This record gives sequence, C-alpha cells and structure tokens, in this order.
Amino acid sequence: MDYLDRLEAEAIHILREVAGQFERPALLFSGGKDSIALTRLAEKAFRPGKFPFPLVHIDTGHNFEEIIRYRDDLAARLGEKLIVRKVEDTIRARGLREPGGKYPSRNPLQTYTLLDVIEEFEFDACIGGARRDEEKARAKERIFSVRDDFGQWDPKRQRPELWNIYNGRIQKGENVRVFPISNWTELDVWNYIQREKIELPEIYFSHERQCVVLPSGQLLGLSEHLNLDDTDEIVQRRVRFRTVGDSTCTAAVESDAASIDDIIQDLLLAKVSERGATRLDDNLSETGMEDRKRNGYF
Amino acid sequence: MDILRFITCGSVDDGKSTLIGRLLYDSDSVSLDVLATLEKKRTATNSTDVDLALLTDGLKAEREQGITIDVAHKYFTTPRRKFIITDAPGHVQYTRNMVTGASNADLAIVLVDARQGVIEQTRRHTLLASLLGIRHFVLAVNKLDLVGYDEAVFQKIVADYQAIAEQLKLAHVQAIPLSALHGDNIVRRSKHITWYAGPSLLEHLESVPVATDANPHEPRFQVQYVIRPQTEELPDYRGYAGRIQSGTYRAGDKVRIWPSGLETVLEAIEVNQQAVPTAEAPLGVVLRLRDDIDISRGDTIVPIAAHPAVVRELEATLCWMDERPLRAGRKLLVQHHATVVKAAVTTILQKTNIETFESVGTDEAKLNDIVRVRLKTASPLVADEYRQNRDTGAFILVDEQTGATLAAGLIAATDPEYFTQEVAAEPAFSI
Repeated sequence: MDYLDRLEAEAIHILREVAGQFERPALLFSGGKDSIALTRLAEKAFRPGKFPFPLVHIDTGHNFEEIIRYRDDLAARLGEKLIVRKVEDTIRARGLREPGGKYPSRNPLQTYTLLDVIEEFEFDACIGGARRDEEKARAKERIFSVRDDFGQWDPKRQRPELWNIYNGRIQKGENVRVFPISNWTELDVWNYIQREKIELPEIYFSHERQCVVLPSGQLLGLSEHLNLDDTDEIVQRRVRFRTVGDSTCTAAVESDAASIDDIIQDLLLAKVSERGATRLDDNLSETGMEDRKRNGYF
Repeated sequence: MDILRFITCGSVDDGKSTLIGRLLYDSDSVSLDVLATLEKKRTATNSTDVDLALLTDGLKAEREQGITIDVAHKYFTTPRRKFIITDAPGHVQYTRNMVTGASNADLAIVLVDARQGVIEQTRRHTLLASLLGIRHFVLAVNKLDLVGYDEAVFQKIVADYQAIAEQLKLAHVQAIPLSALHGDNIVRRSKHITWYAGPSLLEHLESVPVATDANPHEPRFQVQYVIRPQTEELPDYRGYAGRIQSGTYRAGDKVRIWPSGLETVLEAIEVNQQAVPTAEAPLGVVLRLRDDIDISRGDTIVPIAAHPAVVRELEATLCWMDERPLRAGRKLLVQHHATVVKAAVTTILQKTNIETFESVGTDEAKLNDIVRVRLKTASPLVADEYRQNRDTGAFILVDEQTGATLAAGLIAATDPEYFTQEVAAEPAFSI
C-alpha cells in the first residue's frame, strides 16, 4: 500500500469517527488547499450519502475574491450546506476594535467569530485542516483536541491519544477540534491534490499581481484593506500563494509554477518552510501560534 | 515508498531532542527560516553551536525548563521512506505520553547516555515499548564523544541491554554508537568511531522492514458509520462504513455479524463508490450486505470462518494514566474503537515491577503503573488478544463523567481457562 493510500485511509477513518461520535459536527472550511483536500476526503468517507456536517467558513472580509468564488462553487458542486459568518458582524456585535496599522489583519479576530458560530449552532466537533508539520505548537496537538468552554487549548492537560482510538467524550460546553490530516506534510497534500486531480483556486498558480514590498522583503498583494503611504514600494511580479489566509497577512512568493507538477517541483527545491514564507502573524513572537491556540484559535 | 513510524525514548538529558534535531538537520529536512531562528537564538545565548533540541521542543514551558513535556511529531522524507517521528518525554511523570507514542510506532529508538549506561528509565521504556508490541529496537548509545569514543564503554552497555532484550524476548535490536551533538553515525558514518562497522542510524531506519499492513490475522471490520442517503435515486441504499482492521475481505463471502451472531452475505465492497472484489487492512471501505439486518456503529462483520471472542469478561494489561489511583470495583467505560460499553474493574490481579519485570500482588494502580486486571462489561465485546492483533486487542478506559482517558488497555486473555490465578497483595509492612 502506497504511503498516500495509508494517509488517506487514516483521514477517512478519523472523519467517520467524527460522524459516529458527535451529534453536531462541522467542517471548518478556509478555502485553502488543506480544507479543500478535506472535502475530497469527506466525499470518500461518506458518499453516496451526504456529509454529516455543514461546511463553515469564517469570512474575515479580507479574503481573496477568488477564494470566495471557489468556496461558493465548491459548496454548490458538492451539494452540501455552507454556513458563512463574517468577522465584520462580530466586530459590530461585540464592539471590537478594528485592527489598525499599515497591514491591518483581522486574523486574530476570527477566533471570536469562530467561538460565536460554535455557540450559535452548538457544534460539538469542528474539523480543521491543520497539519503538525506546519508549526511546532501544532506538532504537539492531538488529532482529537478537546477545548474548554472558551475554546482554549491546554497543552499540559491533553488526553493521551492511544493507537487509532479517538476519545471524543466531552462535557457540556466543551468541544473538540479534529485534525484528520495531522500526519500529512505540505508535500503530501500537494501529491494528493495531484493524484486526485483536485481543482484549486487560481491564486495557487503563477499570475501577475501588484504587490507591496515589505521591510522583510516579502511580497504582499495589493488590496484596498492596506493603509499604505508614499514610502511603500509597489511592484508588479509573477507570484503565487503557498497558503491562503487573509489577503492582508498572507504573503505571495515569486514563482512561475503554473501547474501542480510545477508546484511540486518548486516545493522539492524550496528551502523555506510554508509558514515562514507566507505568514506574517507567526513571526510576531516565538510562541505566536501557541498563544493563539491557547485562546481558541483553530 | 512506505512509512516508518518510530518513537524516541530514554531519560531526561539523554539528548533525544538533539538526536531528532540532528537527524532533521543532517538529512536537509530543516528549512532556511527555521535555521535562521536557531541561529538568532545561538547568538542571543552566546553559544558556539546551534541548539538542535529547539527543533522539537515546541511549547513555552518546555523551552523554559529545557525539557520535553508532551509528545511532538516530526516528519521527514528521504528517497527511501517517509518517516513519522514521535518524540516522547523522558521524565517519569510523563510516562503516559511515552505509552501514547509507542502505541503507534513500528520501531523504538532507546537512547542511553554513554556516561550513565543502562538505567531504570531504559528498562521502563523498553518494557513499555515491547509491551505495546513494537518489534524493532535501536539501542542508541549517545554522547560517545564524552567518553573518548571508547569501544569498551559501548560494549559494556550493549551487554547490559542484551540482558533486558533476552528477558523481554525482543525480536530485533540494533545497537549503534553515536554522538547526536556532533552528528556521529546519525546520517553519516562517524570518522571518530572506527571500530564500528554497522549502519548509521538513518541507514538502519531506511532499511529496517516495516511491519506489514495487512497483518496476517483473521479478518476484522468494525462498523463506524451507516451510510443511508435516502434519496430518490438511492432510496434503499445502506452501506456500512468502516476500516478493515486486519486481514482481507472478499465480496461474495458469507459473513457473520457480532455480537448478534446473525449470518448474511457480503454483497459488495465499495471503495470511493466503486465496487472492488477484495480489500485489505488498513483500508477504509463500505460494506454492502445481502440482507436487511439491524446493524449499528460498533458491530463487527467477519467471514463465518473467522472466530473472534465475544465476551463480557476478560483480562487485560493496563497502563494507568490518571492521577487518581485505580481500585477494584471502579466503574468506567471501555472504548474499543467504535464500541463504547460500561464496565467495571472487578479485580486488580498484579502489577509489573519495572525494575525486575516480575509480577507482584497489588490492590491498586497508581499513575504510570502497569497492572493486570479483570474486567466485566455491561454488554459483549468482540475482542482479540493484543499479542494476536494489535488493532482489535487494544482499548482505552474512559471516565464516564469527565471523559478523561484513564488507561491504555491491552487484552491479555478472553478465555476464562487462561485467566490468572489471583496473587495475594503484599502486606505494606512485614511483621
């Protein structure tokens, strides 16, 4: 059995455990390649039946428009229910402050919208496309990760996770985050997308884009949400995105990769890790991700 | 290409995190930005070498205390294999995490500090790994640079470990002298250790045979979820979704449903909505049956020639993982994959002394204890012995109220004929 078949079998098993153990699960869909791969895995796990969960998208309002289009098309093609909740509404309802600065990121505010949507629909399990190879705090997370009333992750109180037996028993108010592709690497996901011939949003492939050059040298796609001034250098480059988060905090990489084959070649040569290349928020501090996860982030 | 899952274990400061860091570093699996972070740290602390342990110690408390608290997973690939590393903590109080890591591993690297030799943790971790069914062991004698790369030191440790290996009947042990700090025999052969002709650690990891997937056991399949579209096109479709836990399934075979014992025919096996003639572990499939029988999550479907034990009483070895000790009479839940049943621990039979590996009488199990118990369940379990089947022989114990995972359970006997004679508990004080 090939290693991709084994990873796929593991993910399908986990998805079916979610369906079997929880009453109101949801699949958190970001529009990124990992959550797109999850929808393919869900098809393999549950067809010819319906998904036993809706797709939930937290729309920051700073998303790439290609992603929003892709999201709506995918939900329609799958014939599955899509729930969208907007960070903007959370900001208004909770009286939160809009992030400021030159590159205002609503990324941290997503957590509030996520916790609100979990409460609104009483979701007891949220499936996400996070992988352990992304970041070192994630490397420590369980496949079934129990969160308290406030969505918080306590790394010191994690349940032992033995064999492939997943314990999803929770008390009222708690919920579980489930990561079926925990053991996949970025390259595994791309190999899977290639094997399964999964269509992706255009922004993953090389295209011309106007970008701002950040002090770090990273490129950020130009958008109306940025507060630029005269000192900013705007350039036109051939770029693609390695990960898809908010347009205000996801950097582009220069690339001519126009197909999945090209991307895989790129990746084999790439010497900078996925998050390092593209995420502005993780560079904030050494423990950026751990802190956000403790507070209920994905 | 296949996958090898391995665990690293050993005591605190044996250099596990450094070893993994070195493995990643020397096999070019660390990216530039991560290296830059390490370099920054090196300059900040005025050290001469980058601290490779930082590649795995991910939590704040771990970096503060310089130790590993929780299991971390790392991934790397060589042209030969994909590797999943589980870095388990060395501290005694985190032993349960070591068990967690070992439950999914094909191979264990047992680290020993050349200056310390074989110590209690070496014995404990080897015992746990072997108990959990790991067949391949690497005795990694680390920090050889600190004993002048002395062969006699290495041989003494190998001899000491040999005694453990014989006692536990370990199947395969490869001893490798190395220095994780300097990269001796990790990826490349050491220039300093001229008296050793064996493989480097990575060479060994790349060539060791992985346990076969479709473990050569009787077929087992447990229903995880029932697919019933109830649409116009498929009004009567009923598919039993689950994972083949062991063996091979063939369409057309007569099968029996457990625990009900009802018989029917396996009409079709579907993978991704396509009918396939056969399928084997660990594939996820949908089984279609000829007759409309009441089947739900947790039921087991096996060919009629297969004979799983269907029992309400069994003996098991537990790795107790809760702060609150276990005493006989405790009620809890057994989670046996997709089956969850109420159960009671009727007797605590004995405890394994991890120093001598001998069994002694006891009336309780404390955190990190290994005990043999007898369990009674409220409804039948379709069970196998762990040594026969690492999948269907495993279960966990769960606290009914909090949902906490209390213990790892390995089914030791399902037939009362082979149950243990009770050993009297040793008195706390001898008179």
